[in-house]
Amino acid sequence: MAETITLEVARYRPEEEEEPSFQQYEVPFSKDWVVLDALNYIKDRIDGSLSYRWSCRMGVCGSCGMMVNGEPKLTCATFLSDYRPGPVRVEPLRFFPVVRDLVVEISDFMTKLRSVKPWLVRDAEKPLNEGEYLQTPEQLDEYKQFSMCINCLLCYAACPVYGLDQHFVGPAALALAQRYNMDSRDQGAERRLDLLSQHEGIWGCTFVGECSKVCPKKVDPAGAIQQYKITATLEWYKSMLMPWSRKD
Amino acid sequence: MGVYTEYHPKWYRRHVSTWWWMGKWNYLKFIVRELTSLAVAWTVLLMLMLLNSLREGEGSYRDFLEVMRSPGLIALNLLALLLTLFHSITWFNLAPKALAVRVGGRRVPALMIALPHFLAWIVVSAVMAWLILRR
Repeated sequence: MAETITLEVARYRPEEEEEPSFQQYEVPFSKDWVVLDALNYIKDRIDGSLSYRWSCRMGVCGSCGMMVNGEPKLTCATFLSDYRPGPVRVEPLRFFPVVRDLVVEISDFMTKLRSVKPWLVRDAEKPLNEGEYLQTPEQLDEYKQFSMCINCLLCYAACPVYGLDQHFVGPAALALAQRYNMDSRDQGAERRLDLLSQHEGIWGCTFVGECSKVCPKKVDPAGAIQQYKITATLEWYKSMLMPWSRKD
Repeated sequence: MGVYTEYHPKWYRRHVSTWWWMGKWNYLKFIVRELTSLAVAWTVLLMLMLLNSLREGEGSYRDFLEVMRSPGLIALNLLALLLTLFHSITWFNLAPKALAVRVGGRRVPALMIALPHFLAWIVVSAVMAWLILRR
């Protein structure tokens, strides 16, 4: 018989049970299979009631983030062969409320993401006939790393600060705020400052550093936050020493 | 900021244990790094007490040294030394994350940020050792 591997998948059916439980599934083992392939096999062949999110299968959409053996992972990029002989424990992303099985509620992140104004803010848009906002490769390089974020939320599942205090804005949203702050075309840094420099913003971060370790896109949210701490501190001194410098 | 107010299906929330930092080396290392601040505070306090005994005169200074010779305090100070070393090393290793220095449009490599910190630390320590140990 062909080799198989056991998956222990967290199930939560809110209309039937008060707490999640684990269900075991035995799936064929293939060395080019990722955890998501195994979940799709379960859904198609064994148990159609299993719920989980996925879309692109290639580490771009950011929807298949789950806990694999206790670590936040993109299941489309996590090979079963790394967990042989198993079992492989698959759970919903940590620190988020579970809606069903492996599906978590992420509107908290969506609200926070919107609050940091993750778009190009301009004091006044220049007329169309003046053309686009140009940027040199060096200017692009300043923020490019932070722009690689795919909102997969692995960083939130790795962040104990977020786990303990749900008001913390969190790694991805802060890194994306920094992404726009560093963009030469953006003029919104001052408008983001108040939100970012409050306690629930950058100062909530205690620099555990796990967000950067689990990031599948090497965004380094921890770096972005520490860099912004320096900016915010300088801004604070500036506003104390030269209160007239700040335009509101 | 509102947390989870937009939609309210029935959901399950797992409680975060007080011992969340156990069982994973990186989390444990973080907690140890946070606790090293106590060792740093103790070292500062000790230095202030030493200076105070110096100010009070020779007798007081000798008493202070006598107290410091007790095995318990030596053990405690050894522990404090180890923890402050851990504190300094992890701190300097983290410095490149916070300092994104750009020269000629390129980011300075992490090693080039961490190295001057370590060198400065060694130089300052050597100067201090020379000041204290010279006859």
